[in-house]
Amino acid sequence: MSAIKETEQDHGQHHHHKDLAHHFDTLEQQHDANTLGMWAFLLTEVLFFGGLFAAYTIYRYKYSAVFEEASNHLDIKLGAINTVILILSSLTMALAVRCSQTGSSLWTGRWLLITIGFGLMFLGVKYFEWKHDYHIHLMPGKDWSGKDWWHWQYAKQAKEMEAHSKGAEHSYPDRNTVPPDNDPKFGVKGIQESQQARLFFLLYFCMTSLHALHMLVGFVLIGIIAYFAYQGAYSPEYYSPVENIGLYWHFVDIVWIFLFPLLYLLGAHMGH
Amino acid sequence: MATVGLESKTFEKFPDIVGRDDDVNYLNHEHSVASWLITLDHKRIGLLYLVTITLMFLLGGALAGAIRLELLTPKGDFLAADTYNKAFTAHGIIMLFFFLIPSIPAVLGNFVLPLMIGAKDVAFPRLNLLSYYLYFAGSVIALTALLLGGVDTGWTFYTPFSSTYSNSYVVVMASGLFVVGFSSILTGLNFIITVHRMRCPGLTWFRLPLFIWAIYATSVVQLLGTPVIAVTLGLLGVERVLGVGIFDPRLGGDPILFQHLFWFYSHPAVYIMILPSLGVTSEVIATFSRKNVFGYHIIAFSSIAIAVFGFIVWAHHMFTTGMSPYAAMVFSLLTFSVAIPSGIKVFSWLATMYGGSISFDTPMIYAFGFLGLFTIGGLTGLFLSTLGTDIHLHDTYFIVAHFHYIMVGGAIMGYMAGIHFWWPKMTGRLYSEFWGKLSAGITFIGFNFTFFPQFILGYLGMPRRYYEYPDEFQVLNVFSTAGASILAIGYLMPLFYMIHSFFFGEKASSNPYGGSTLDWTNTTSPPSPHNFEKTPVVTEEPYHFHGKEAAVVSH
Repeated sequence: MSAIKETEQDHGQHHHHKDLAHHFDTLEQQHDANTLGMWAFLLTEVLFFGGLFAAYTIYRYKYSAVFEEASNHLDIKLGAINTVILILSSLTMALAVRCSQTGSSLWTGRWLLITIGFGLMFLGVKYFEWKHDYHIHLMPGKDWSGKDWWHWQYAKQAKEMEAHSKGAEHSYPDRNTVPPDNDPKFGVKGIQESQQARLFFLLYFCMTSLHALHMLVGFVLIGIIAYFAYQGAYSPEYYSPVENIGLYWHFVDIVWIFLFPLLYLLGAHMGH
Repeated sequence: MATVGLESKTFEKFPDIVGRDDDVNYLNHEHSVASWLITLDHKRIGLLYLVTITLMFLLGGALAGAIRLELLTPKGDFLAADTYNKAFTAHGIIMLFFFLIPSIPAVLGNFVLPLMIGAKDVAFPRLNLLSYYLYFAGSVIALTALLLGGVDTGWTFYTPFSSTYSNSYVVVMASGLFVVGFSSILTGLNFIITVHRMRCPGLTWFRLPLFIWAIYATSVVQLLGTPVIAVTLGLLGVERVLGVGIFDPRLGGDPILFQHLFWFYSHPAVYIMILPSLGVTSEVIATFSRKNVFGYHIIAFSSIAIAVFGFIVWAHHMFTTGMSPYAAMVFSLLTFSVAIPSGIKVFSWLATMYGGSISFDTPMIYAFGFLGLFTIGGLTGLFLSTLGTDIHLHDTYFIVAHFHYIMVGGAIMGYMAGIHFWWPKMTGRLYSEFWGKLSAGITFIGFNFTFFPQFILGYLGMPRRYYEYPDEFQVLNVFSTAGASILAIGYLMPLFYMIHSFFFGEKASSNPYGGSTLDWTNTTSPPSPHNFEKTPVVTEEPYHFHGKEAAVVSH
């Protein structure tokens, strides 16, 4: 690269726009770099979640019957409500990006805050869902006991039978009254299936909590950007932070769009 | 950007002169501690990395010394079995995650990449500083794990030993690697965007120096591979803390899944270590042969090809796990195909030197060492990608020798070549050529003494990761330990003459080796805080050594 001519454009002489960082030459270059940076980051995120999706795929394939059964223990109704809430939040996020492009700072800030509101609603629903999961002993931690799984199946059958005979209301029995893990009634197959169901719930909690973690990070970032939006920091010339947080939020949304059918609809889809 | 006639053939290279003492450069324009610790300047961040990874290298090297000392005799008399396990684990983790992976990208990439593409900085300077501090935090966590008592799983963390049975500080260490992984991801991301969006006018993709192509390919691997190991280590932590069994067969999990996820990153990670060295070698060989590189395009594409192949060969680490023989055949075939782009590079370098006006400066001596050792390392890789021989050689010292030829003989030789090559640019000083060449020679000899006997040991069946061995292996082990002492001298020498050079070395001109890329032709030594006083405009492919062949000022 020996034949080199230098431009007249000196670093110091060039008048810089207030939003232009010193190492960029033009706002357009800065915008392109920021946007491409966010896309590259999302690519990393895809691979990050990808490890979990790969694990899910392997075990879903190996233990398909139990995974379908276990899927039925999740609340499709709450999952569906959350899906709608999250899609609405994506809409409000898209509106925020649009407003920042047209120069409406006030509405940019408002739509961003409404997005956080929907996000909080989602996590609220998730909280009650997890709480319910905890009460019916679906937590896959050290507390997991194969007999719960076995008992759950037993209780479900009983419930179905009672429903047929229009019997009294059925509640989950006290876990201390069910037979121990080594009870012959339980069987080797029962233990294996219990462990496989445990894997399903482990993946369910890992994936949904990693997703929730991304939402929490999103709240902080959206909050900061909403603050700057109210300060009038964004203009049709410079709105890439709003656009990038939008990309991030849509990514979080998309992850859920995959999680919902894989975790909640799996059993229903398979005709259970 | 003002439009500039790119067709202009005006030859305006930066004058090759020694700067004056009062010239403002990135080293002397600010002096406070804060101006170093929270700097956004890519050059200063590069130096921060240089100091930190050198310390990690010394620690990793000391552990290697302990391992070789233990293996001097057949009986375990220097380290206890458990301590030995912890020593080789710590050696592997520190050298791989805290030295080799950040070495060239984080030190030389940070320093040179913006200079080479005519940019004032990387695309995201604050993110760059964050990367450094993530690296620093990850190192602190990992060192904490070592001080608490270490980890005995080997750097591979194979389950279910690591998740269920090991009583060492696996979770602390895994968190350290998780954090340092994000440092690697963010550095890769930053470099990708920098190469895409920060090139100066006229610097098209096929005018990029080959080092940039190599760093770009490396960055793609960092961006796509590292998140997978992060989530895998996360799952390992979850499994250990909650007592669940995602990788534990006793609880319905699959330990082979861990190996797949682990090697999906850790094989490409080998290319994170070696690709930048290939890039450095291309620069050094072109510059010291005063000749346009042979096959520029194909060297550039072979970097990309190595990055792509790197992602589809991981299961060759798992041939003995009882995987499907058909899958094994496919992985074996794909592994062989990695030899093609690697071979192309080696032959292109040889062809570049052919008919060139070669000078034997220190960086070139290191690059020669690289060529020889990388070739041996690469060719022995073919023994291991052959399914039949792999069964015999798996988990023996043959493997240990093979990957040290690639990672130490290849990656570190390349790193040393690069450090010596860009040292005058980084510090504005020249180092002693005598001591430089001597250290390159000693390193080469010491390296071969250390690791060549290990090929034979492995072939004879000595397994890796044992602290004692049958008496008949002692002679070769003594060779290896003796070689390691020579190697240590080779690695310690630069520490002294480089530090001496930093303070007392002769002042370097802006282009002491007659380099042809923007970092040499258009910046002072050391560069000014914003690199370029005027944005350069490139009108030609790199490696045109017009009229410089005769007029090279070399030390």
